[in-house]
Amino acid sequence: MLNEQRINELGDELYQALSQRQMIDPLTEREPQITIEDAYHISLRMVNRRVENGESIIGKKIGVTSQAVQNMLNVHQPDFGYLTDRMVYGNGDEMPISEQLIQPRAEGEIAFMLKRDLIGPGVSNADVLRATEAVIPCFEIVDSRIRDWKIKIQDTVADNASCGLFVLGDKAVDPRKVDLATAGMVVEKNGELLSTGAGAAALGSPVNCVAWLANTLGSFGIPLKAGEVILSGSLVPLEPVVAGDFMRVEIGGIGSASVRFT
Amino acid sequence: MGTLTQAQVAELAEYLENSELEAKDATKITDRFPEMDFDDAYDIQFEIRRRKQARGNKIIGLKVGLTSRAKMKQMGVETPVYGFLADYFDRPDGGEIETDQLIHPKVEAELAFVTKAPLKGPGCHIGNVLAATDFVIPAVEVIDSRYENFRFDLISVIADNASSSRFVLGGQMADPADVDMRTLGVVMEKNGQVVELGAGAAVLGHPAASVALLANMLGERGEEIPAGTLILTGGITAAVAMEKGDCLNVRYQGLGSVGMRFV
Repeated sequence: MLNEQRINELGDELYQALSQRQMIDPLTEREPQITIEDAYHISLRMVNRRVENGESIIGKKIGVTSQAVQNMLNVHQPDFGYLTDRMVYGNGDEMPISEQLIQPRAEGEIAFMLKRDLIGPGVSNADVLRATEAVIPCFEIVDSRIRDWKIKIQDTVADNASCGLFVLGDKAVDPRKVDLATAGMVVEKNGELLSTGAGAAALGSPVNCVAWLANTLGSFGIPLKAGEVILSGSLVPLEPVVAGDFMRVEIGGIGSASVRFT
Repeated sequence: MGTLTQAQVAELAEYLENSELEAKDATKITDRFPEMDFDDAYDIQFEIRRRKQARGNKIIGLKVGLTSRAKMKQMGVETPVYGFLADYFDRPDGGEIETDQLIHPKVEAELAFVTKAPLKGPGCHIGNVLAATDFVIPAVEVIDSRYENFRFDLISVIADNASSSRFVLGGQMADPADVDMRTLGVVMEKNGQVVELGAGAAVLGHPAASVALLANMLGERGEEIPAGTLILTGGITAAVAMEKGDCLNVRYQGLGSVGMRFV
């Protein structure tokens, strides 16, 4: 456990790293006793600094949802971070990763737009579906302020779940119209097929991920609010990207999203 | 071109078919005939096919293999391969796969096509395929390379009927106009756990492209795909090894599921 002062220092250090595009050494190397709960407090400090600087929180992201990433980090639970208005880009937009990010990687996801609050504990999949206005194709461009992505679970949690920027596609589909567990995903990079996947890659279903988030936040007294966007976790392996790359994701029964990196 | 004599083709066909029928592994045939080429390999495959027909088996369909970029890269090849499906390969959805009859079976989730008009290459394209498709139906192919420890090369695989052994079709078919086969998602569960995931584009960008390629490859031998042929288009997922006691369930977006038990 870290004390409040140390938590604030580390949150400030990560905020600084984010604003100045600098990498820092893993927190877990410097503070071996750091807990996951400490890491969430650091993440909250970091996002509060962003809010003080004029950003507003528009939703949350869920990470560490695939078996492969959970095995890599040796954890059996996902994590979450905050999304702000300065992170979001439109379908087909140019995204200036060379100006804004450090070591970006792209992942294809399904985003949920909520029309009702979700307050855990006790949120079931049926509650998530009832509270969902629409699902939207999404690219999340994750980034790590931790040097060379040498992350343990506490490092990525503290670093806002390695959130960078994201793109929403231009089609919003009623969740009643699509089976999110079997929805197929096709990702292309520079016009070539890169990977395929399906909804079940994220904890068995993207709906499970949102229910997990609502229940986890509920235990801290935090609701998911109507109008928020929730990124539910990658359905394909992460792909490093550089300026000049073009990526496109298509999701069966939902639609597509694309992004050009500059 | 072909480098083997008819007698050698017949001998190798008998060797490989016996290996299949007796569930006894074989050694890579290119060890004995390093000069063998693709024509020889398909000659052996067609000889195995002829032997089965002579014995009274019906040939009910075709399969395409090595259709994913990852697999082609792994094998160092540019084109997929094909094989035939005999009547006794067919197993019912929810039924049993007898492992004693197989050597080291693996399963792949696929999309199968059934044709309503003949397809003949060269020059066959995806438009011809979609126009000639009666319906698509989910399928699980059980492949079983006859070669010991999976030690093989492409030519040996072709001669071995592209590792074909069993297949299971689902119960829900669809008009090709009603499904987006590129983004059709597949979730494979072994003993209740998700083991593989993918979408149709994993098969040459679109499963119908696999059928077009098949028509064009058969065209090189002067053969066509007759109306009413069942075609397994290639794995959307990687192949997963199965053993006695294992249970498999594969879910297909909008097309239900296919299941089986290995006994």
